[in-house]
Amino acid sequence: MAVTSTHSGTVVLVLAVFLASTVEMVEALTIVLAVGVTRGWRSAIEGVLAALATLAALVVVLGPTLVHLVPLTTLRLVVGGLLLIFGLQWLRKAVLRSAGLKAKHDEDAIFEEEVAELTAAPPATGRDSTGFVVAFKGVFLEGLEVVVIVLTLGTTSHRLGLAAVAAGAAVVVVTIAGLILARQLSSVPENAMKTAVGLMLVSFGTFWSGESIGVHWPGSDLAIPVLVAFYGVVAWALVAALGGPAVAPAVVERAGEAPGD
Amino acid sequence: MAAAFGHFWWEFLIGDTPELFVGAVAVIGVVALVCLDHSLHTAAAVLLPVLVGGLLVGSAWKASRKRPS
Repeated sequence: MAVTSTHSGTVVLVLAVFLASTVEMVEALTIVLAVGVTRGWRSAIEGVLAALATLAALVVVLGPTLVHLVPLTTLRLVVGGLLLIFGLQWLRKAVLRSAGLKAKHDEDAIFEEEVAELTAAPPATGRDSTGFVVAFKGVFLEGLEVVVIVLTLGTTSHRLGLAAVAAGAAVVVVTIAGLILARQLSSVPENAMKTAVGLMLVSFGTFWSGESIGVHWPGSDLAIPVLVAFYGVVAWALVAALGGPAVAPAVVERAGEAPGD
Repeated sequence: MAAAFGHFWWEFLIGDTPELFVGAVAVIGVVALVCLDHSLHTAAAVLLPVLVGGLLVGSAWKASRKRPS
């Protein structure tokens, strides 16, 4: 029973980190591809590598610091609260998009707009700082949300390494998919993935904030998938009540906007 | 970069949904008060997700009343 409950919590954790990282990296990849085709691949790749190194350094520095300096109960209360707020924002937006009340992302439109802006920028003499900065900013700002998720989920469950590996695997998968799909990123089922991430973040947030204030969860970690199912039903009913799945016009949104964007 | 970092945290916690921030803090506070009674620790396991679900419904309902973005 204990092994099963721990296993179920781990599976949900890995899925949450992997899906969140995938969604954010798809959005970052759109910007990187635009930089690559307009400003050259050297500056784009340098920007990506610099951003990934900075993000990894944040995890390496902040992760162990949080684990060793902050008591677990306090960590779970703060992290649980953050995940609850973060997850509710993701889930709310996903619900509104599913109900046709909020415009969905259009990666093709974002790509075209980035290309137009980068083409209009003055050509570089020597190293292309414009391409580097745009690629760095795109990956760093999108990746920052992933770092927060990795740190919060990883430290409170004492599985920081596993969470980091799941996020890294998503970066690799998205990179390979990006090379194969090239500019067909709009075919990625982004809103469905965001819904899943929102459900898992809210569930972890509920579980850990609850544990820190004295809630006794029946079945221990097994409560996490039950919470995911419960919030899934709430979200499904909400979409149905708000008008059901519908198609809303797509929208161009930039990196670093609100969680779930 | 510092401004972008600050902007990220503002959007992360508040964004365009301050009701979720305030609501989540209130929900945790209410359930913490309930848990002061040791006989209600298990009942709180039902109360907490129900209140969080209600928060989501309320926020989405409020957004649906506005013009679609």
